[in-house]
Amino acid sequence: MTSDRPVLEFENGSLGFGGRSLWSDLDLTVRPGEFLAVLGPNGSGKTSLLKTILGQQALDSGSVRLSGRPIRRGDRSVGYIPQQKLVPPGTPLRGRDLVALGVNGHRFGPPLPRRADRERVDELLESVGATEYAHQPVGTLSGGEQQRLRVGQALAGDPVLLLCDEPLLSLDLHHQRAVSELIDQRRRSHDTAVVFVTHDVNPVLDVVDRILYLAGGKFRQGTPAEVLRSDVLSELYGTPVDVIRSHGRVIVVGVPDGHDHHDHHDEVAE
Amino acid sequence: MTADDIWGRLFNFANYGELVALVQNSIVAAAVLGIVGGLIGVFVMQRDMAFAVHGISELSFAGAAGALLIGANVVLGSLVGSLLAAILIGLLGAKARDRNSIIGVLMPFGLGLGILFLALYPGRSANKFGLLTGQIISVDIPQLGLLVTLSVVVLVALLLAWRPLTFDSLDADVAAARGVPSRALSLGFMVLLGLTVAVSVQIIGSLLVLALLVTPAAAALRVSSSPLVVPLLSMLFGFVSAVGGILLALGGSLPISPYITTISFVIYVVCRIVGARKGRGVRASARQPLRVAR
Repeated sequence: MTSDRPVLEFENGSLGFGGRSLWSDLDLTVRPGEFLAVLGPNGSGKTSLLKTILGQQALDSGSVRLSGRPIRRGDRSVGYIPQQKLVPPGTPLRGRDLVALGVNGHRFGPPLPRRADRERVDELLESVGATEYAHQPVGTLSGGEQQRLRVGQALAGDPVLLLCDEPLLSLDLHHQRAVSELIDQRRRSHDTAVVFVTHDVNPVLDVVDRILYLAGGKFRQGTPAEVLRSDVLSELYGTPVDVIRSHGRVIVVGVPDGHDHHDHHDEVAE
Repeated sequence: MTADDIWGRLFNFANYGELVALVQNSIVAAAVLGIVGGLIGVFVMQRDMAFAVHGISELSFAGAAGALLIGANVVLGSLVGSLLAAILIGLLGAKARDRNSIIGVLMPFGLGLGILFLALYPGRSANKFGLLTGQIISVDIPQLGLLVTLSVVVLVALLLAWRPLTFDSLDADVAAARGVPSRALSLGFMVLLGLTVAVSVQIIGSLLVLALLVTPAAAALRVSSSPLVVPLLSMLFGFVSAVGGILLALGGSLPISPYITTISFVIYVVCRIVGARKGRGVRASARQPLRVAR
């Protein structure tokens, strides 16, 4: 958190989709160790933002840089945790194999075991607390256990930036907390920047430094206190929206088109 | 026909040693194909492509039948057919739903084309039937050499691409984010699959290719989830089915395919039973304490 060189910088970034502007003139800076939550309704461009950072989607205009260099596809200094999707039972993959894919899954050549790889996998399993089920088939593990393994997999390349695409989706509260704590620990211990896309900010509200809120082709960014306000979101949505705080939770009411913040169902199909 | 007659036609081990010596090249070819089929089968299962295998084999049949008709090399004809089909399916069917509909469209077309070519072909009908149900004993030695070479090429390519291909098969999104060239790998895999199918068509016939490219892997997946044990078992099952099929068929007067498909099916049934027993054991013991622990 001391180094000032930004990990991720958008300058005047604009992106459209099917003739509609998702966001434009986006200036965004994420520094080492910073936790940025990206919020917004379905179709507001959250996933496209991630794809841009992964180098799978080019900006219409403006620039995006990672550690001061233009984005490259498949950059191994970015760790990616995908939307939670369960590995089907019967898949020939044990816990440690999933993590191992992060270590050497990109490597061509004869798949001979290497000691260095094995030690790295052990280390990663340990760091996400997954050692005890490392030898079980992934398909038999719970969603939370699988997601821990995916965090381990994403950390394999010692990333400077961790991209998380709805990593808590369909996890129960206990596992939501466990997985977000894991990510939070990591950024504190290794100064890893985190970009965390979510439709529900509550599970990570305590650890978020800043929020990027996308809606209706516009965006707002700032601390949770600055962004999660009735007046700010009403202006963003162009319609009266209420932000209610209750027992440490934030609830956004009145979002148009049924784009409810806490709707778990639509987002999956995105 | 009495039961004894049928038995005599099914199994007859008179002069067995001489017969084995006569077909030893075929046995080698079947052994190599069994191993490669078992290996690629693991990826076929992971990428959910069993239907694609069947689709490719019907176009491979059309290619072989076309070659037979014009007097060209049958193996080459079958290669052209299956590579065309594999690449088409790879290019047009990136998504599973598109893929299935494209295969559904290609398959009857290929089969129809093949039947047309065979109907036009004036030669012996044994050759015709052989393309659908297998004819390895009638494949000559230079062609056997080609089959073995192709199989070895596939084997080596699969081993070299093993990890990225596994990554892409299991989790394409994350693999792409990690720099795995998804699209090139998918197409490359389809080419390897096309080659394997073309070889299988010669040995077991286009209708029965699945017995060597899907059944062994499906059986192995029933009894293990280790990424090392599954391919090894699958290769063993493929080997046993292919070579065992030829050895059993040798003395009888029937095509080898039913022997191969039956062995491969029996292995699958046994694995299912073993897997079901094992599954109950795992659930009862290992799973429970884990939940409580956290």
